[in-house]
Amino acid sequence: MNFVRVVWLVVRKDLLVELRSREILYTTVFFAVSCVLVFAFGFVREGQPMGDVGAGILWIAVAFSGTLALGRAFERERQSETLRALLMAPVDRPALYVAKLIGVMALMTAVEMVVVPLVALLFQAPLFRHLPMLLGLLLGGTVGFTAVGTMFGAMLARARSRDVLLPVLLYPITIPVIIAGVRGTSALLQADPDPAIARAWLSLLLSFDVVFITLALWTFEPVMTD
Amino acid sequence: MRRVGSVWRVLLVWLLLAAGPVWHAAVDAQQPPPRPKPAEDEFVPIDQLPPGEQLPAAPLLIAAYAVVWLAVAGYLFSIWRRLDRVDRDLAEAGRRLPRT
Amino acid sequence: MQRLFLPLLVVVAAMFAYAPLMIANAPFESTMLLVQKIFYFHVPSWFVMFSGAFLCAGASVVYLARGSKEADHYAVTGAELAVVFGLMGLITGPLWARKAWGVWWEWDVKLTLALVVWLTFVAYLLLRRYGGPGSEKLAAGVGIFGAANIPFVYYSVNWWRTIHPKTTVVPTLGPGMRGTFWFCVLAFMLLMVLIIAARVRLERQRARVDELFLELED
Repeated sequence: MNFVRVVWLVVRKDLLVELRSREILYTTVFFAVSCVLVFAFGFVREGQPMGDVGAGILWIAVAFSGTLALGRAFERERQSETLRALLMAPVDRPALYVAKLIGVMALMTAVEMVVVPLVALLFQAPLFRHLPMLLGLLLGGTVGFTAVGTMFGAMLARARSRDVLLPVLLYPITIPVIIAGVRGTSALLQADPDPAIARAWLSLLLSFDVVFITLALWTFEPVMTD
Repeated sequence: MRRVGSVWRVLLVWLLLAAGPVWHAAVDAQQPPPRPKPAEDEFVPIDQLPPGEQLPAAPLLIAAYAVVWLAVAGYLFSIWRRLDRVDRDLAEAGRRLPRT
Repeated sequence: MQRLFLPLLVVVAAMFAYAPLMIANAPFESTMLLVQKIFYFHVPSWFVMFSGAFLCAGASVVYLARGSKEADHYAVTGAELAVVFGLMGLITGPLWARKAWGVWWEWDVKLTLALVVWLTFVAYLLLRRYGGPGSEKLAAGVGIFGAANIPFVYYSVNWWRTIHPKTTVVPTLGPGMRGTFWFCVLAFMLLMVLIIAARVRLERQRARVDELFLELED
């Protein structure tokens, strides 16, 4: 079965399963909103937003809800034993990785469509001033975060202490993504926006994405084999 | 590893002796007067230390070296202890095997 | 290999005994004066940390590609080296910074990402300890990803203006400082070899014990 067909089948399966219950979607979106609200209470002083916290809060909300979504996505596979079935199927393992990556990306996109306007609203952050660049940063950052997260989520699906180990492993490796995302977004939000700096950070994000997706494709098979 | 046991012990004692008294000397550094910007591109060597510069930095320097000695000693010691334990387990397993 | 251990141990002990003498005699740096001498142990610690990280990554690649248990022993050794010597670098750095910059910590990119790499290998060790059976393969994946992150650290230093001495400092060292610095680097590297030898032996012995106990059960 060819690569693209396998990816399509698995993505379709995941989307169908998710659309029936919408469990992960609703809970993750709600979690992201709660995150932003908690930060709103933490960082707002006398009714005014502090400094330029909008960028930081946006990316933290993405990181936290992404971790949650990844954990839930693989937990679902593990519970129904479908992970083992997938691994036993005579298909290219990397295709499974790409399919999972696309699935989680779709979920994160939905979450971000809610969180970005919310942050713009609550923190009066002019997020829509340089929309294409912002979208580029969000896309690049989310792909990077999800690429590493899918790899680790799959790896840990059958491990002990997987709930706490996923963030422990994921955050150090994706900190460059968060830094690049926040600094790039800040450059767009500041009083005198600097698209050149944002572009530079975007290129860092893109190189991160390329490097880590390639690494994941190489190592997925040997790591998932017993 | 058995025959180097005594060498390990000597090394450990020596390291601890070196680290012990200097660790005792570490105190909080006082805030120095504003100084020129610290070197970024290259280090420029000079020969004599200007007066009044000696003490505030010394505790930090001493603390830094003490940390290194202690960390190295501690790590070497931990490897030695674990090797000891494994050797004992190995001997135990070896003793039990011929009987079965 | 066993026979070289003891002479190497003596050499390393001697070098570490002599190093403080060399450091005391090295010229003072004009702006940072006495506290700059932390440099002679701070930088070699980081050299060992990164060597450990690359050893872990390289061994992890071999382990995943060939399934060689021996490679796994080297991988865990590399990770432990990275954590221990990284911790030394993370403590000596702020001690130096307190005097030279006036603050214990700066969120400058080099420091931040060095901290991040250190955290990655702490996570590696946590995974091996608490991940249950089969966590060696998973940890190998983490080791490879962790090391792949390192170029992003190095690249960022030259990209932003930071307060940290640039990586160009080492090639421009004067003769009094250069000799002392490379002596300390050599001492640390030999210490690292020593530790690798001991630690890999520990892992091998552990594997043998496990095998023997499994045989006993049959």
